[in-house]
Amino acid sequence: MRDQAGQPGDAAGARRAAGELEAGVLAVLQAAGRPLTPGEVRDRVGGGLAYTTVVTILSRLHAKGVLQRRKAGRAYVYAPVADEPGLAARRMARVLDGEADREAVLARFVSGLSGTDEELLRRMLGDPPGPEGG
Amino acid sequence: MHLAVYLPLLMPLLAAAAAGPLAGRLPPVAATWLLAGSAVALAAASSAVLGLLALTALVRIPLVGAAGEMSMQVLSRGDPASVPVAVAAGVLLAAAAAGACRAAWRRTAALIAAGRQARRLPGAGQVVVIDDEGADAYTLPGWPCRIVVTAGMMRALSHPERQVLLAHERAHASAFHYLFTTAARLAAAANPVLRPVADAVGYTVERWADERAAAAAGDRRLAARAIARAALAAAAAPPRPASHAAGALGAVTSVPRMRGAGPVPRRVAALLGPPPQPRLLLCAAAVLLVAVAGASALEAARELHGLLDYARAATGS
Repeated sequence: MRDQAGQPGDAAGARRAAGELEAGVLAVLQAAGRPLTPGEVRDRVGGGLAYTTVVTILSRLHAKGVLQRRKAGRAYVYAPVADEPGLAARRMARVLDGEADREAVLARFVSGLSGTDEELLRRMLGDPPGPEGG
Repeated sequence: MHLAVYLPLLMPLLAAAAAGPLAGRLPPVAATWLLAGSAVALAAASSAVLGLLALTALVRIPLVGAAGEMSMQVLSRGDPASVPVAVAAGVLLAAAAAGACRAAWRRTAALIAAGRQARRLPGAGQVVVIDDEGADAYTLPGWPCRIVVTAGMMRALSHPERQVLLAHERAHASAFHYLFTTAARLAAAANPVLRPVADAVGYTVERWADERAAAAAGDRRLAARAIARAALAAAAAPPRPASHAAGALGAVTSVPRMRGAGPVPRRVAALLGPPPQPRLLLCAAAVLLVAVAGASALEAARELHGLLDYARAATGS
């Protein structure tokens, strides 16, 4: 079984998967409703992440096209490019371009998940509980 | 015009309330046909009675009445639909027609674009893997339909799970599911009350493809696991690494309560349960209700026709 999520991005501490950290950072930015600096993101994510780790995650998400950023003073501020369903639509936009209603005609294998959905799926898969659970 | 004219306007409310439960209880193929068919029939019936109501306002305009050689006296006495109601019906009908036209236009444009894109995709096979880290998979409707899977999704799934994904998408392509969803969506554009029915059709075609994939794999739990893992990967939240060590195959274990859950967990839960059983009684009840709506619309039309005939006869004598 392949294990691409377990990159040693933050070797110290809880060794949470990179994908999970990215999801956490993205969730913080989505909840914020305004662009945030890496410092603000770090404070809100919690878990004692190093500033450099947060910057790495943010630039990685930016490189993936999930976040947009602009200079504010000496640092960048980051904001999500789109919300969760929008994210899927944007990925698809690389394949299809310029037509309205295009999302609707695609028979997508899996649609977007809410936070509760994610937890339900993890429970059904027998995943260990999330960091807040244990 | 009495109850008959309002029944087709009330039925979509009932259908909207029943769509979700029906989608969860009926076998997906039956549910898809039933819900998509009901949506179209109810949209047609409700639009028809709106048209009839609007007509009663139209014929009461003296000029129109005179052109049709109808007695104003008979028309205003014989018709219970008040002028404000009739005018409101006319406005609603115009909105319904505009909504349906716009939706049809947009959907057609999207289908044409998708078909063009499906032809333009590289390779000759049905399945195309595109170089994209994000985990995603979908079927592009077209002639023929093409199945697009991202490299990220391929990596996120094991080999048997990928077979489930492909069987699922092939089912969408071969059963022309986009025609069902398009029909239901257009019906909902004409009558927005029917939106939950169109949403339910979107869910039942997924269940249809899930059941096909499970049958092809010969393993419902494998299919459930493939969907769950793909959904987590697509949400940029891959299953936690510990699960690989803990559950030898990351086996799907228990079914939690599904209250308020989104479509993906409900699909997974449905696959973990026994295969759906046909429920003839439930189907018959739903068909009956739609038939009542249709019959009511016809009855309303007959009544109005009778009234107009009478009004004509009154001027003739």
